[in-house]
Amino acid sequence: MLGTRSQVAAEAKVDPMHQFTIEPLFGSQNWELAGYNIAFTNSALWMAIAAAVLTVFVAGGMKRELVPGRWQMAVESFTGFIDDMLEANVGKGGRKYVPYIFSLFMFILFANVLGLLPLGLLGVHPFTFTSHFTVTGVLAVLSFAIVLVVGFWKHGLHFFSLFVPHGTPIWLMWLIPVIELISFMVRPFSLALRLFVAMMAGHVLLEVLSSFVIDSANAGPAWGAMIGLPSFILMIAICALEVLVCGIQAYVFALLTSLYINDAENLH
Amino acid sequence: MDMEAAKLVGAGLAAIGAGMAAIGVGNVFGSFLESALRNPGAADGQQGRLFIGFAAAELLGLLAFVVAMILIFVA
Repeated sequence: MLGTRSQVAAEAKVDPMHQFTIEPLFGSQNWELAGYNIAFTNSALWMAIAAAVLTVFVAGGMKRELVPGRWQMAVESFTGFIDDMLEANVGKGGRKYVPYIFSLFMFILFANVLGLLPLGLLGVHPFTFTSHFTVTGVLAVLSFAIVLVVGFWKHGLHFFSLFVPHGTPIWLMWLIPVIELISFMVRPFSLALRLFVAMMAGHVLLEVLSSFVIDSANAGPAWGAMIGLPSFILMIAICALEVLVCGIQAYVFALLTSLYINDAENLH
Repeated sequence: MDMEAAKLVGAGLAAIGAGMAAIGVGNVFGSFLESALRNPGAADGQQGRLFIGFAAAELLGLLAFVVAMILIFVA
């Protein structure tokens, strides 16, 4: 019994990291830029799909009817949400960042949700590109660059006073700026790392649980009922949790970006 | 100890960090609810801070997950 079980398990080995492999779809032979291959990958494809779905969603709500329909209400509630967030965190000067934060929030949200869709049933495997550090890293560096540009543009070299909080005792002047500088420089990493790991962890967890279901069901009905069924129920619950995490991570990314912009806009 | 075994034991130990982060996240939301029920009027204004605290606590748990993944798949 045990021997056959391990044999079956070995055959149906589920690799939880396989879903994150980047595969070139076309152009892998001769598309090169500065020595790097720039093939159109599944990651790029799903980025394009997310952008297209997002454009359709927003364009559908831009009819500017006096009495908004459901679609327009949905889009307006998102823009209003971002508008309120910037108003609360940055103040009056925050309005001009609404387009950037809105695009960032919606792009991440759509990417996360698209990656979670059960399209595998139809034979199309969604690729969650936010589970890659390169993608989230570029988004984080973009936010960080905006903070730097706005900060130095608006305050000049006075921006460095960000590293000396109000009321710092004079005898701590050698320590506090160093700590503040480190915490400032680490921001893009923590921003990117949080999103990428949260998405990757959820997908790995679902994959591991699904391997429990598959392997235990293959081992026989008794094992399937004992291990497979509870795992399957847990999987459904984790899926619901993942939908929540998709929203929270997109929100946290946008919220932290707006807080960092607040530092650049108003100092502190 | 075998190198492979040591890696897996290390990855298992990293899971302690995930549990610790669970305590932290629970603490954040628990304290928020406790004080929100005392003063519901002020609760909505603090939601941004709630999620900042949540994000900070969660990041450390995710770092533990990264350590485990690096031990299993990269190291």
